[in-house]
Amino acid sequence: MRRVAITGQGTINPLGHSVGKTHDAMAQGKCAISGLDIRDVERLTIRIAGQVRDYRPEEHFTRQELNRYDRFTQFALISARQAIAQSGIDPEAYSSRTGVVIGTAGGGLNTWDSSYRDVYQEGKNRVHPLVVPKLMNNAAASCVSMEFQFCGPTFSVSTACASSNHAIGLAFHMIRSGIADVMIAGGSESMLCFGGVKAWESLRVMSSTACRPFSANRSGMVQGEGAAVFVLEEMEHARSRGAEPICEISGFCMTSDAEDLVMPSCKGAARTMRGALRDAGLGTDKIDYINAHGTGTAANDRIECEAIRHVFGQSAADLLVSSTKSMHGHLIGGTGAVELLACTLALTKGIVAPTVGYEEPDENCDLNVVPNQALAMPVHVVMSNAFAFGGLNAVLVLNSV
Amino acid sequence: MSSIYSQVIDIIASQAVLDASDVGPESTLEELGIDSLGIVESIFAIEELFDISIPFNANDPDGSEIDFSSVGSIIEAVERLVSGKSG
Repeated sequence: MRRVAITGQGTINPLGHSVGKTHDAMAQGKCAISGLDIRDVERLTIRIAGQVRDYRPEEHFTRQELNRYDRFTQFALISARQAIAQSGIDPEAYSSRTGVVIGTAGGGLNTWDSSYRDVYQEGKNRVHPLVVPKLMNNAAASCVSMEFQFCGPTFSVSTACASSNHAIGLAFHMIRSGIADVMIAGGSESMLCFGGVKAWESLRVMSSTACRPFSANRSGMVQGEGAAVFVLEEMEHARSRGAEPICEISGFCMTSDAEDLVMPSCKGAARTMRGALRDAGLGTDKIDYINAHGTGTAANDRIECEAIRHVFGQSAADLLVSSTKSMHGHLIGGTGAVELLACTLALTKGIVAPTVGYEEPDENCDLNVVPNQALAMPVHVVMSNAFAFGGLNAVLVLNSV
Repeated sequence: MSSIYSQVIDIIASQAVLDASDVGPESTLEELGIDSLGIVESIFAIEELFDISIPFNANDPDGSEIDFSSVGSIIEAVERLVSGKSG
């Protein structure tokens, strides 16, 4: 069977504008959640978020490009440029055998928001002519494909909070099955505008203070924004051109709970983790670290821990399980991609990112959640969980090479 | 019987897909088959109708200042919030 390596990674997220800065921040347990700075924030009850700070789009894009790229497309392009540069692939040489899959839940939500303001609030009767191509969910994937001339299978995936893991998992399958040799895959999200936050706020699951996954006093989710993009490459393809694989993707599973629109399911989460292990051909004792979905809601964290206990049994005691959402917030459709950076940090540097903001043990989350401080230890195999609203689950397994 | 009483009963009955006569102050939301989404939707409908704000976070339903254990306790809370608004 064809094996799949990761040969490049790039990101812009609340913790940093590069993989190096993000890895450093994760290793230091830095929290990038702070006061939300957007128009009409005073009309919101939720006023904290993981925002991308000190971002100057004009340093990355021309004025014409900025008219055409929504913020989520900008984040995806910046991340893809870093990943492709690191991988050292010559885009032209592999053009027809390279595709792009970018996950996003909201697509160009900022573009929707500001155009609706224009027509409904400001009473204008005209919006920018490129509103439609800016807001479409596939804009990011298309723009990456155009910038690098990748002509292989290219599309977007939208499965709420599991979008990134579905995107990366599908790209993995496409290489494994021989449809493509190289895939640019990841996720991007930019929902931090008045309408985007108001919608989440109304669901009454958001915290107004902090994201404290697994802590008994956790009070809900905190939104974030940003992107991460990876270069996935068939292993021999990478080796034959002298590339150094960062790690290998060895398993993927996706399932549907078929139960509830918002309540997570222990059965569904367990089924997906088991499926990913089976796909990777690994036993439960082989996993060193799980990057949890860990949203910081009462329901998710309790049910995810219960599912981990079900799947891993005795081995659960030796597992490290952390949620980096405590540091960068929940990037919704972009979250799994940024969280995969915690996995590459563990696999390449032997540093397990912590769950920060942890204050009180919860008997329902009785696992080693790496509270507040990173751990240094050799890590060979990791799992990354994503359990989306709508009951759609996507779990990846990665190993060191 | 206050109008708040019957209006809240109507909202909860409609959420539970029941006749208003099948919902009384002693009914609990659980008995009526109203799940967490249903609670959030009912709160929204009550807030919109009476122009009030009901503090509720699904992560800490017991920590809310309002007792959601029964229809009667919800009605009491709404009456309190509505009178607080005018007073």
